[in-house]
Amino acid sequence: MAIEILMPALSPTMEEGVLSKWLVDEGDAIVSGDILAEIETDKATMEIESVDEGVIGKILVPAGSQNVKVNQVIAILLEDGETMDDVNEASIGKTNSEKAEVKPVTDPVADTQTADVISTSGPNTAQMTTPIAVELAADTKMIPTTVRDALRDAMAEEMRSDDDVFLMGEEVAEYQGAYKVSREMLDEFGARRVVDTPITEHGFAGLAVGAAFAGLKPVVEFMTFNFAMQAMDHIINSAAKTRYMSGGQMSCPIVFRGPNGAASRVGAQHSQDYAPWYGHVPGLIVIAPYDAADAKGLLKAAIRDPNPVVFLEHELMYGEVFDVPDVDDWVVPIGKALVRREGVDATITAHSRMVGFSLQAAEILAAEGISVEVIDLRTIRPLDEETILTSVRKTNRLVTVEESWGRMGIGAEIAALVTAGAFDYLDAPPKRVHQVEAPLAYAANLEALAMPSPERIAEAVRGACYV
Amino acid sequence: MSEKKSKSKNTRSKSARAKSVSPEQILSFYREMLLIRRFEEKSGQLYGQGLIAGFCHLYIGQEAVVVGMQSAIGEGDQVITGYRDHGHMLALGMEARGVMAELTGREGGYSKGKGGSMHMFSTEKNFYGGHGIVGAQVALGTGLAFANAYRKNDRVCLAYFGDGASNQGQVYESFNMAKLWNLPVVYVIENNQYAMGTSIARSSSETQLHRRGASFGIPGFEVDGMDVLAVHAAGTKAVKHARAGKGPIILEMKTYRYRGHSMSDPAKYRSREEVDAVRKQSDPIQMLKAKILDEEITGEVELKAIDKEIRAQVNDAADFAVDSPEPDPSELLSDVLV
Repeated sequence: MAIEILMPALSPTMEEGVLSKWLVDEGDAIVSGDILAEIETDKATMEIESVDEGVIGKILVPAGSQNVKVNQVIAILLEDGETMDDVNEASIGKTNSEKAEVKPVTDPVADTQTADVISTSGPNTAQMTTPIAVELAADTKMIPTTVRDALRDAMAEEMRSDDDVFLMGEEVAEYQGAYKVSREMLDEFGARRVVDTPITEHGFAGLAVGAAFAGLKPVVEFMTFNFAMQAMDHIINSAAKTRYMSGGQMSCPIVFRGPNGAASRVGAQHSQDYAPWYGHVPGLIVIAPYDAADAKGLLKAAIRDPNPVVFLEHELMYGEVFDVPDVDDWVVPIGKALVRREGVDATITAHSRMVGFSLQAAEILAAEGISVEVIDLRTIRPLDEETILTSVRKTNRLVTVEESWGRMGIGAEIAALVTAGAFDYLDAPPKRVHQVEAPLAYAANLEALAMPSPERIAEAVRGACYV
Repeated sequence: MSEKKSKSKNTRSKSARAKSVSPEQILSFYREMLLIRRFEEKSGQLYGQGLIAGFCHLYIGQEAVVVGMQSAIGEGDQVITGYRDHGHMLALGMEARGVMAELTGREGGYSKGKGGSMHMFSTEKNFYGGHGIVGAQVALGTGLAFANAYRKNDRVCLAYFGDGASNQGQVYESFNMAKLWNLPVVYVIENNQYAMGTSIARSSSETQLHRRGASFGIPGFEVDGMDVLAVHAAGTKAVKHARAGKGPIILEMKTYRYRGHSMSDPAKYRSREEVDAVRKQSDPIQMLKAKILDEEITGEVELKAIDKEIRAQVNDAADFAVDSPEPDPSELLSDVLV
């Protein structure tokens, strides 16, 4: 059967073009790859190559024709033994135009989302396989533990129970961890499972994602999350997006962990809170624990979770001591915030070290007769929207606290959430406490001026309460 | 494999080469290369009709590389590549229908229409993508090899990348770790001479890419990537090297793409004569066809029949890809998390 040669599109947006020149004549025999014609758009001139073999039966669109529509039949190619007499000219262009017709696109957003729903967590929260927290008996023994050791215990316990779990990063093995988080792990697990890497963040992050694609469960330590900027492409483009891009075929069970946020007097390149950066990305789970019990329980949950998890620790919290329940398998569920202190006059949301600052602020304010509820977000993505909204509906005021910059930050997101979900309950505009909009300074006084403090948080609450 | 042997490959006689490859295997190479060629021509056609959108990077001209390498690996070995990935998937035995339906963005595609040309995977065939960030697959593929070493199985990973990716930093970060830990990975550099529109001479201080592993102690060899039998021979040795625990190895495939970088490439950075000369003198399919006829492995009539069969297969894939419905709107928010 004769083959119809169509006007091709040079780009998805091209609708018509100029057929400037034919390089073959009627009667010419051609094979795949021969150049048939030149076409032009406003952007480029390109050659049309033949896909099929045969003899040019008829040229339907002469050289120099303007405004030739994409998919218009421009020539007829005859196959072995055919002549133009075999071609029913009335039917030219019929078959292809039918095939090329693309069905109207339904609007999936309109079908699946309603305008008043603001959902940072997306529809997958329910499907997420998160372990359930262990119910604590009243007489559960508590063991004072540093955040550092709680993190180590979490990794060691998971590595004991699952050979697919391993730790890799700079100085995690022989040096015992730059911040001693992986202390003694090399002794217990050996060099196969506690892997010192070269200083090569982009490379080892990509390597670990590849290992996770193959079914291993890497725990990748960044010496600080500031260095993970070099690896961000793999965290986002490779780890977070691949499940979606594969239509659900691929999984990436990996944990990226390490200290995040400002340490003390280490300058701008070593002092940044990345929670809003990663919290922005669908396909990631983002956790930022405050105390040792959460550090342990949430890290164990993160390692077991089949999704890529960004686990943001805090250098200045590593040495802090908190009670950790002495139970066999202490796991804290992902996606659940914790009310650290109950109150009625205002709600503070915070994560990581800022939870401690907020609790201190609440103490200051209690002495002034202001009762503050402090919510520890624990998980940045998915955000526990219900706990925040329930609290604000009770207190009618919101103050958000974070170490990162304010613009496009966690506080901005929570303010939008509360404005949409508890607008009628608000007695004051939400207030945000965050780092000032400048890289963090080295000088002690400037550093202190830049960061949130308990007093600054208290002042924001007073403002929200109009006192 | 020694440097010396590799260098002498061009002097090996044709009959010596043919000894290690059976007539059946030669015919199957022909069939697989032709499938890729016809599939890609059809993709170009559907793109022209507006049925395929976005970026579409055709593999025409480079067929001998994947077909030859594929014949060198075994069950359970992994493959990962960049965005010019259609040929890799077909060579791995992934269904032409599923690949084409992904190109048209339909439900029947390997990623249910959610990935597109550059993002397809098959856990069943151990194909780990299809990656759109140039060079990313090198670190990821090194990680697949790391998993093999960790599990102490004897699987090997083939990590393909182009001459363009060869200038990405993470390639060298990966080389370093792969050799440091002796990971079972074969780096296959598909040097098609042009990184988009920039020729290798204009982009690379060291244009002999097989030497790029030298400072890490990784052996590297240049291979005629237009000759499927040369690729098969070099691939077999390289895979054996990696499987034996000797660590990574680099094969630089000298190859050529006939079409533009993507569909909207006016190809003004090289001459028509240059492309024609490669087509006429070293087309991988024509060269193998000549050999098949020359050595009387089979006749013209039989080859015509194969050609017809492949065309039918490709047309069937195109029909499937056009008839398959668009993904259900419920797919919009599925597969974000497990």
